[in-house]
Amino acid sequence: MSPPGHDHEHPHHDAAPSDIEQRVKRLEDLLIEKGLVDVAAMDELVDTYTHRVGPQNGAAVVARAWTDPDYKAWLLEDATAAIHSMGYAGRQGEHMTVVENTDEVHNLVVCTLCSCYPWPVLGLPPAWYKSSEYRARAVSEPRAVLEEFGVALAPDVEVRVWDSTAEMRYLVLPRRPAGTDDLSASALAALVHRDTMIGVALVEAH
Amino acid sequence: MDGAHDLGGMHGFGAIDRSQEEHFPHAWEESVFRLTLACGMLGRWNLDMSRSARERMEPAHYLGSSYYEHWLHGLESLLLEKGLVTAAELSGDATVAVREYEPVSADKVPEILSRGGPTEMTAEASARFDIGDRVTIVNEHPRHHTRMPRYIRGRAGVIVSHHGAHVFPDVHAESGEKVARHLYGIRFTGEELWGADCTEPLTAVCVDVFEPYIAGLA
Repeated sequence: MSPPGHDHEHPHHDAAPSDIEQRVKRLEDLLIEKGLVDVAAMDELVDTYTHRVGPQNGAAVVARAWTDPDYKAWLLEDATAAIHSMGYAGRQGEHMTVVENTDEVHNLVVCTLCSCYPWPVLGLPPAWYKSSEYRARAVSEPRAVLEEFGVALAPDVEVRVWDSTAEMRYLVLPRRPAGTDDLSASALAALVHRDTMIGVALVEAH
Repeated sequence: MDGAHDLGGMHGFGAIDRSQEEHFPHAWEESVFRLTLACGMLGRWNLDMSRSARERMEPAHYLGSSYYEHWLHGLESLLLEKGLVTAAELSGDATVAVREYEPVSADKVPEILSRGGPTEMTAEASARFDIGDRVTIVNEHPRHHTRMPRYIRGRAGVIVSHHGAHVFPDVHAESGEKVARHLYGIRFTGEELWGADCTEPLTAVCVDVFEPYIAGLA
């Protein structure tokens, strides 16, 4: 669905500002003038989530779990402690659960009520994760959603959807692809992309 | 609250658009993100109040507007409700007075983000249910904020985990009081949620459910 007034093409900078642009600019100016927000603090917030925190953190967790059986056992038993021990803690990752994909079960994460997502390990959620389409359909037709993402599962594999309705955040531990026995943890991490840790893609050996 | 935000299982939506990879395709969206987080750090409201403010959008407006417009609506509502701005100031009809507040400075941001907002608490009461119990969700439609999605109400599922006790969002969004309630992961089969004729085969949904949302053993 393309909401009215929401242009997905690149904005034209020379065009007159839209109503919402003017409304946001007015709000920002007002809050700065009143001293409610600080520009440098806001720059720090954006820099954190656009440059420093992202799915490379989750990929490091996954690669370590694939190469270190003790760490994997800890991760599945107490994901919060195991993930925080790697330095990936804080806002929207306070309480973590890791769910493992196996031959029998494929896991998929959604937040039907808003857009809850494990920021410290995956960064900010992609636009599709926050869309009405994904939020509505992931729980009632996960196989159709997975097919749309190009994931074909055998009919005897259970699809288990995790709806993030409280403050528990979910990370999928994808299956390690065959033919990667010789790869180091850092080489493995390079194979693990964001979508595989949400559960809408499988990790492939390149 | 049975608002437009409670989307799980709703029909009629089309294909998922995966074309947009930028976090902030428009500059105003980045502004709303940074303003929302910066104002949140003032400590005048909590995350459940933020969610509640977004959910109170008129349903057609919610569904017809983009994600960061929900955030903008929520932020403006909270600023007004808490008396930090006036409607006249928001609409640009009033001259802004002098600097009235002390904002959170940049050097405090890393510590605030890394601390986050843990919600686990010690509960006075012990947990009423055990892992493995089959329980039924209440069929209640509260007008206030709740994290009990419509699609599980009245349905039965099996408890697969106990996450300890956490801040109960229904109360936290209304008064700000932190009341501890036990939180369970409950697994519902597709047949139970959507009906044997309408579900996809071999699917299940696990939902985190606070104890007050559970009516009792099924």
